[in-house]
Amino acid sequence: MHELPITQSILEIALRHANGHRITDVYLVIGDLASVVDDSVQFYWEILTKDTPAEGSRLHFKRVPAELQCMNCARKFRFNGEGLVCPDCGSVGVKVLSGEEFYMEAIEVADRTEDDVGS
Amino acid sequence: MTKRVPVVEKLLSANDRLAQENRARLDEAGVFAVNLMASPGAGKTSLIEQTLPRLTERLRVAVVDGDIATSIDADRAAQAGAVASVQINTGGECHLDAVMLHQALGQLDLGQIDLLLVENVGNLVCPATFALGTHKSVLIASVPEGDDKPYKYPGMYRGVDALVINKIDLLPYIPFDMDYFRRGVEALNPGLVTFPLSCKTGEGLDAWIEWLLHNLTPTTRPPDH
Ligand SMILES: Nc1nc2c(ncn2[C@@H]2O[C@H](COP(=O)(O)OP(=O)(O)OP(=O)(O)O)[C@@H](O)[C@H]2O)c(=O)[nH]1
Ligand SMILES: [Mg+2]
Ligand SMILES: [Zn+2]
Repeated sequence: MHELPITQSILEIALRHANGHRITDVYLVIGDLASVVDDSVQFYWEILTKDTPAEGSRLHFKRVPAELQCMNCARKFRFNGEGLVCPDCGSVGVKVLSGEEFYMEAIEVADRTEDDVGS
Repeated sequence: MTKRVPVVEKLLSANDRLAQENRARLDEAGVFAVNLMASPGAGKTSLIEQTLPRLTERLRVAVVDGDIATSIDADRAAQAGAVASVQINTGGECHLDAVMLHQALGQLDLGQIDLLLVENVGNLVCPATFALGTHKSVLIASVPEGDDKPYKYPGMYRGVDALVINKIDLLPYIPFDMDYFRRGVEALNPGLVTFPLSCKTGEGLDAWIEWLLHNLTPTTRPPDH
């Protein structure tokens, strides 16, 4: 539902780090607990990057599975989309080990292009 | 040839930066701001209506209302005694973000305000993702929504500083296992302060008002640097 502002933010970050170079690839790391729909981000990306140095670039989504650990019985399990309840003992006291990631890892830029100025 | 540039930056860093700017602006003006979040109809506006008359003798309270289309809630706040009320039309967005609050702050005379209550858009998923720059985040749950909400919307319960449980006047009529509800809350947000209350009967409101006053004192004190 909030993919548009997220995509705008992705573009702003990528352009800032590209320093005027043409962007070819953007690498995102997103945990499964972050409610973001990849396809919607991709959709907005193609629209928002028009006439920018990121036009035609590829978005890469590295999805991190949500790993939880029960604080009662120490069992580790994956988030099943059904709420954070331990499948063994039913406890809701769980610790999130991974799955809340939400960042840009890197971008790839053209080394030297006619677009590059003063680099 | 391409070159890899490491970034490692949070995807909503722009929103977070602007939220920090909002916070700085509020602090400078000595305004204590609270972000009220809840599902549609949980009683955000009702809580604001009940809170205002209990504070207006002591404090100048303003309200910012996020709403997808109408100004009904902002009008209700003005009616209840807010010194100013600003309606933010989110244009279909399901949450407020730092940009929207930034614009709303521009419409307020912050020097004339002690407490700012922000009514977020009714939604149990998205508002938690977008920091606004307010000092405290409060979630309002309500009895008719059911006792399973902490289990279904953990993201919302994990990030807040206080929890209001509204509509307790309906407890005799609706199956709501308070122990089950509280266990879920405690697991997600250990030690979270909760205020069971009713905006209809006024029961429980005093503790909520006290919490607001207690939290607001440090920032509204004139800066002594
Ligand atoms: N019985 C009962 N009804 C309540 C209570 N608080 C609010 N209501 C009713 O719940 C309905 C919704 O209240 P609002 O305050 O408009 O809820 P809201 O969260 O601001 O709703 P939106 O802004 O539309 O998302 C209204 O009909 C209120 O009268 C309460 O404590 N008890
Ligand atoms: Mg309302
Ligand atoms: Zn367990």
